[in-house]
Amino acid sequence: MNSTLKTLPDHNGFFVPAVPGGHPSGRRCRDVKNFSRKFLGGSPGDGHGTQLNRGYGGRYVAETLMPLIGEIEAAYDDARADPAFQARLHELQRDYVGRATPLYFAERLTEHFGGAQIYLKREDLNHTGAHKINNALGQALLAQRMGRQRLIAETGAGMHGVAVATVAARLGLGCVVYMGATDIERQQPNVQRMRLLGAEIVPVHSGTATLKDAMNEALRDWVANVDDTFYIIGTVAGPAPYPRMVRDFQAVIGVETREQLLATQGRLPDTLVACVGGGSNAMGLFHAFLDDAAVTLVGVEAAGEGLESGRHAASLNGGEPGILHGNRTYLLQDGDGQIRDAHSISAGLDYPGVGPEHAYLHDSGRASYVAVTDDEALEAVGLCCRLEGILPALESAHALYHAGQLAAAQGPDQVIVVCLSGRGDKDMDTITRHLMPEEAQA
Amino acid sequence: MSAPSLTTEMSKTDTPNPVSPNADSRLARRFAALKAADRAALVTYVMAGDPDPSASRDLLARLPAAGADIIELGMLFSDPMADGVAIQRAGQRALANGQTLALTLEMVRDFRQRDDDTPIVLMGYLNPLQRFGEDRFLQAAAEAGVDGLILVDLPPEHGAAMTARARDLGLARIPLVAPTTPPGRLPALLAQGDGFVYRIAFNGVTGSRRLDIAAELDSALDALKRQSPLPVAVGFGVRDGGTAAAIARIADAVVVGSALVERLAAAGVDAALELTRELAESIQGARRGES
Repeated sequence: MNSTLKTLPDHNGFFVPAVPGGHPSGRRCRDVKNFSRKFLGGSPGDGHGTQLNRGYGGRYVAETLMPLIGEIEAAYDDARADPAFQARLHELQRDYVGRATPLYFAERLTEHFGGAQIYLKREDLNHTGAHKINNALGQALLAQRMGRQRLIAETGAGMHGVAVATVAARLGLGCVVYMGATDIERQQPNVQRMRLLGAEIVPVHSGTATLKDAMNEALRDWVANVDDTFYIIGTVAGPAPYPRMVRDFQAVIGVETREQLLATQGRLPDTLVACVGGGSNAMGLFHAFLDDAAVTLVGVEAAGEGLESGRHAASLNGGEPGILHGNRTYLLQDGDGQIRDAHSISAGLDYPGVGPEHAYLHDSGRASYVAVTDDEALEAVGLCCRLEGILPALESAHALYHAGQLAAAQGPDQVIVVCLSGRGDKDMDTITRHLMPEEAQA
Repeated sequence: MSAPSLTTEMSKTDTPNPVSPNADSRLARRFAALKAADRAALVTYVMAGDPDPSASRDLLARLPAAGADIIELGMLFSDPMADGVAIQRAGQRALANGQTLALTLEMVRDFRQRDDDTPIVLMGYLNPLQRFGEDRFLQAAAEAGVDGLILVDLPPEHGAAMTARARDLGLARIPLVAPTTPPGRLPALLAQGDGFVYRIAFNGVTGSRRLDIAAELDSALDALKRQSPLPVAVGFGVRDGGTAAAIARIADAVVVGSALVERLAAAGVDAALELTRELAESIQGARRGES
């Protein structure tokens, strides 16, 4: 495969196929009109105009933010190439976050499904209990480097908010976290934790009072406080360069996985499985393997109460391309282009969009995307607790469920790596209510 | 793989269009008449379909007589990230009462049958337009009698083709210029601009605070004027006659949105028109009082 995959997006922040003739995998694009033809047809004189439908990503934000985001891009590219920045990041990843996280052979889950070997990449063992801190740390260091004193963030399940509040405390920066009122209710432990860490929590009541509305409010805060504030977006979405920057900070997941499996098994995995809301843990796991054509990449979206019910959060499986929060990507929307409510039992997947690089990988066929329901995810939580003694986050349980199905259908020579993106302590209320209703009433 | 910045790329590829194709447009005629009268324009923003279709049509029809020189008509979007709470709520009310982009265009068509002089500018976000079909939208807007477009989340980096198509149809693409816009970005913004320039008064969302920074704006507006022949409108946060008058002394147009939308929500169409009359009087007296 061609190495161009890893150099995406292009200079305009678009994830587009970089090789004339189609995707390096040789597979046809599904959405020719929106994806390949306009781009590959190459109308060189048209400047930037036709890019509306050229690819996914871009920078669709209000003019007030445009210059600022340009500054962030320049500062990020500068930091990225600076060995001192990388050394500081690496040191904190090791000593503060606790990296590298283990790649754990889930022996009893493997036995249970009786097929492929299942490995878990233990991002739940990171400081603060999820992969989110990989990105929060990287961006906070960048903010500090740019002289910004105030961090803002949106959060759904609260894991990104906790990660940002944590690094803000560590670096001595101010922190304001926007969180939907609905999410505040269902993620109380994380709310209290953020407050304890010194962050201000702003409840968002507008719209559907969930993650997308928290993101709207964070963007509004940013517009009003451009001088001293850095917006730490928690997933691989938003205006360029965020999707690329967040992916780069999360890529450590896949880099370690690759090294660890090569070291212990002398081979690459056959299949990678990760849950996808915005999709940052999935991009982090996939990125180091994009050029390994033999490695199958599977993203697992939240099917909520079922794709056919309409109550789900599966933007790739049940949405269509559009523009929201600064990027062009797949969105849950109605016929008038209004954004539809997402639904998932896991607050972290409850978002009506998805990172633009996932949209690109989806259309190009390099990765495939399936969807797992609330009930199936709950089933995986119970199984993982009883067989492995590991309480996974509801988000990660979506990936676990699908990995189990895959493993059962494959032979023991196959290796599946699942990103266990976070731990499930934050979900105890929800899990208890569903899996042990008698306990919940007591 | 260091990526060159969008700004650098943009200035390389976009060439300014020195001749506005809309020299004889409703917008140009209106600004020429106002200049002759030495008066700034009152630009009123209302959300199409707010609070319901019939009240919204009634308000739109009566705004010119109350003193609105130019009308900005909001196209609702579920996630208006650059707007404050007043306009977001207006969109939610309109949506709840069945407003759609097609109905908004129909409102303009009906308005045009009775008023062929007052310019109407549509303001909104890209996604509903794309869903409707960009070309279909531009065509329908031009046919309905729309004069210009303000697209909050379409920066010039991504907007050249749409601007060209809009121009072909006689629709002005009104550029937004922010306090954060560095001088180096202005040529690219202005190159895609027609009709007038919308100068955002301060860093923030629509309607977020009272404005008493007319003095700070003065030099910024001078700089804009030196680079562009287009009239300059100032908006975001103009809530009362005093502020409107202060801006009317230094800008070609004063945009009032959230204050009007709030008045409409609180007290109805007649009250919103009363506020329009007050603002129009303040603006009319502004330059006379000074001279």
